Order: sequence, then C-alpha cells, then structure tokens
Amino acid sequence: MARSMRAPELRVWRRFTRAQRLSRFAVYLALVAAIVAALRAVEVIPEFLADAPEQVVDLLTRMWPIDFAHYPAAIHAALMETIHIATLGTLLGLVLALPVGVLAAHSLVPSLPINLAAKLILVSSRSVNSLVWALLFVGIFGPGALAGTLAIGFRSIGFVGKLFGEALDEAQRGPVEALTAAGAPWTSRLAFGYWPQVRPAFWSIALFRWDINVRESAVLGLVGAGGIGMVLDSALNLFQWPRVAMVLVAIFAVVVAAEAVVTQVRKRVL
Amino acid sequence: MNTAPALSAHPFRRSAWPRIAAVALVVYIVYACAQLEVSWERVHAGLGNAAHFFARLFPPNFARSDLLIKGLTESLEIAILASTLGIALALPIGLAAARNLMPPWFSWPARLVIVAARSLHPVIVAIIFVKAVGFGALAGILALTVASIGFIGKLFTEAIEEISDKQVEAIRAAGAPFASVLAFGVLPQVFSRFIGFATYQLDSNLRNSTMVGIVGAGGIGGTLFAAFQRFDYDYVCAILISIIALIMVGELLATAIRAIFIENATFGDLFRRGAATRRARHVEAD
Repeated sequence: MARSMRAPELRVWRRFTRAQRLSRFAVYLALVAAIVAALRAVEVIPEFLADAPEQVVDLLTRMWPIDFAHYPAAIHAALMETIHIATLGTLLGLVLALPVGVLAAHSLVPSLPINLAAKLILVSSRSVNSLVWALLFVGIFGPGALAGTLAIGFRSIGFVGKLFGEALDEAQRGPVEALTAAGAPWTSRLAFGYWPQVRPAFWSIALFRWDINVRESAVLGLVGAGGIGMVLDSALNLFQWPRVAMVLVAIFAVVVAAEAVVTQVRKRVL
Repeated sequence: MNTAPALSAHPFRRSAWPRIAAVALVVYIVYACAQLEVSWERVHAGLGNAAHFFARLFPPNFARSDLLIKGLTESLEIAILASTLGIALALPIGLAAARNLMPPWFSWPARLVIVAARSLHPVIVAIIFVKAVGFGALAGILALTVASIGFIGKLFTEAIEEISDKQVEAIRAAGAPFASVLAFGVLPQVFSRFIGFATYQLDSNLRNSTMVGIVGAGGIGGTLFAAFQRFDYDYVCAILISIIALIMVGELLATAIRAIFIENATFGDLFRRGAATRRARHVEAD
C-alpha cells in the first residue's frame, strides 16, 4: 500500500510503438497529399457541375415515357444473348480455370516454378478488365457474341482459379494420403480425395462469378462484343432516350433476377 | 427392425440428378452456341486472325507517352477522388442501413440506396453522368462514387450488423450519448474490416477508372478506345501494358496499407518481409 501512497509515476501507456505510429501517420499523410494533388490537378469544369441538376431533369424528361414497345422488337433478343454470353462465358471460365487452379495449388503440384507460372496466368487474367478482353477478342474474331463470350471466360479464369486454388490448398490431407497409401493414381486422388472436399466451394464460386458476369456482359456491347450493350450503344448514339431508359430498366431487372436466382440456389443446393 | 435390410446390389447408388444435369448442360451449351452463332468455323477463322493481330500488337509503341501519362494520371485522380467521396458518403449510409443500430423506417431507405447503387455496372452509370455533367473526369468520378457507395455501403452494413453487442451495451449503460457509442463501441470493432474493403475499393476503382473513358468519362480508357478504333494496335499494346503496371502498383500499395493498419506492421517490417519472402523463395526453389 505504501507504494500507492507515493506520487504516481508518470507512465504513458501506448498501444503502438513509435515506428508503428510513424508508419500509420505516413499512410495518412500520403493519402491526404494524394487527395489534395488529385483535387488540384483534375479538370472539372465548374459550369458543367452547376448545370448538372438541370441536365438530369432534362435527361429524365427525355427518357419519359419509357419505350416499352421496343422491348419485344429488339431488346428481348439482345437480353437473351447477354444471358447466354454470361452463362457460356462462365462455363468456359470454369473449364479453363480448373487446371490452372490445380497447378497453382502448392499442396497438389509441389513445384514452385509451376505454381508461380499458374499464378502469373491467374493474375494477368484478373488484371485485364473484361472490357479490354472484349476489345482484344473483337480485334481477333470480329464484333459479336463470340468475342463477348471469350472475354467473359478469360476474365473469369483469374477469379475462379484463384479462389479454387485457395480452396484446394485448404483441403484436408487425410483422405488424399489414404488414397495415396492405397496406391491410387493422381486422377483418383483428385476425383475422390480433393473433389468431394472442394465441391461446395466450387459451386459457390461458380454461382458468384455468374452473378458478376451477368452484370459485366451487359456492358460488353459498348465495345461491340454483343448482347444488350449493343442496343444501348446504338440507342445512345441516336439520342433515343426512351429506348435507353427501356434498356436500363431491362438490365436492372435482369441483374436483380440473377441475384435472386443465385440466392435461391445457394439456399437450396449448397 | 427385426429383419436385417436386404443388401442392395448398389450400396452406394448414385443419384440420377448429376447425370440429368450434365445432359441438360450439354443441351444448353449446344442451344446457346446456336443462338449466339458461335461455330467452329468462326473460331478457326479467328485463330488465323489472332496471329496477325498479335503481330501488330508488338512491339508496343511508347512514342506518344505524353498522352499516355496524361490519361493514366487522370485515371489515378478519378480513382482517388471517387474512393474518397464514395467512402465518405458510404459510411453514414452504411451506418444508417445497419438494422441492429437503427429503426426499420430509417434503415430501409438506406438499404434501398445501397441496392440501387450496386445494381448497374459503373460504365453504364458513367453514361448517365456523361449526359448529366458532360464529358470529362467529373462524370467518371461521380460514376465510381456511386459504385463505391454500393460496395462499401453493403459491406460496412454487414460488418456493423455482425459486431458484438457487449461493448455497445457497456458504453450505453455508462450513460454515453449516441455519438460516443459509435466512436467507442461500434467503430473500433469494424475498423480493421473497414480498412480491408476500403483498400479493395480503391483497387477496384483504379481498375474501373481506366475503363470509364470508353464512354467519355475521362481517364486513359478514351485514349485506349480511340487507338483501338484507329487500328493503332502497337499504341493499344503500350496503353495496356501501362494500365496493367498501374494496377499492379496499386495492388502492392493496397497490400502495404492493409499490413500497416491490420497487422500493425511498420515500413521497416514491409521491406524486411519482402526480403524474407524472397530469400524463402530462393531456398525453396533450390
């Protein structure tokens, strides 16, 4: 008790060390500097900003009434094409991603150069936006749904392969070792040791990617890769705002429907 | 349960559903390919084209680097400002949408805003903003702000709804006002997750800011699309290489920020860790 009677020592408790505080402060400083630099450099025309509410009202009045008659005429077919692009693209992505994902998993293929090469494929697939993939494939195959499907497929490889490879790496070794001990070839080890363990993750990844692909395939038409984006692009270029509104409503409906489908499937199957 | 059940010839009989699903899948693929007019001849014709196309992509032409750098800087500015604005707006909206802190009549409108912001692709939102505020970076900033509100708002709401009530109750019981409950009961619990998805959003905005230019909303995308339409493929290649480099640098920075804020690393740790993994890789490779 005597000790507590003395004048309390001035002891400051700190959660972080000086180096940690300095590092955090440096990040904050860099962020603020970046924001200020961006604000000063970006070319924003103030008149356009002041004009914006008026222009939005103008846009909405031009869009109204929505051209529902255009839906059976042109939009329905394009919308179905978009869904086909998203679905076929997802399937293509899954087929291409499975082997790459296997090669990227260190527990399956214990060779670092092969793992790194597979990871390089996955990273480059993800770094290129699906619109850029679409541009490339339009350059190769010409405008149309084929380019869109390939773009969606190639963009999906990185996403699916990365998540699938991580699921494989997290799989338990027990069943695989049992199969290895029984003399099973690597195909059986994959099919009966790994696949039952990663199957739920695989379907979950596939559904998730399909949902994203439905959204992305709606814009591919802007660069000529088929689907509803092409209808949107031509309506925009001709300033047919009621049709633009109809296309936007259709895209919105499909995106919401896709999300509902994914939620239901996830609930019932997984 | 007196009689033992008869042994089936197939004790592990498989369900017929996977096979039915596989057949349905094949039928769908054939049907969809026919609908999309995808055929082997087209793929084959395209493959011949591919060699020609790739021959024209290389070598990349960096001659007009001033235009390239200007576009990339503008993309970077769009990404930074859209992330800042988007996060600043998403935090109050996400907080308002959290059902464990707010009454339903307050959380539902906020949830609706988040769903609406998430539903359309940023490039489509950019089209609308190009009409509203004209061509240029401002349209891109606003479009990506909307996307950020949707993404951060959703994740922030989910993070808040998953917090532990104990701290919140303790601070309430001490008689703290609502602002203190937020500052000391809620925010510390979600801070590390917030850093996680804020850096992810910055990364994602950087990717999309290189694309919104396709519809005239500023950044390198406009230059890319114009070069592509002029069949300036070697310049397209230079732009693509620069975009990928920019995105990879962005990803590295995002990882560094996450390490500093979530794992309490310092700058010194980051460098040392880089050296350590490099050394480990060498050892493993040997």
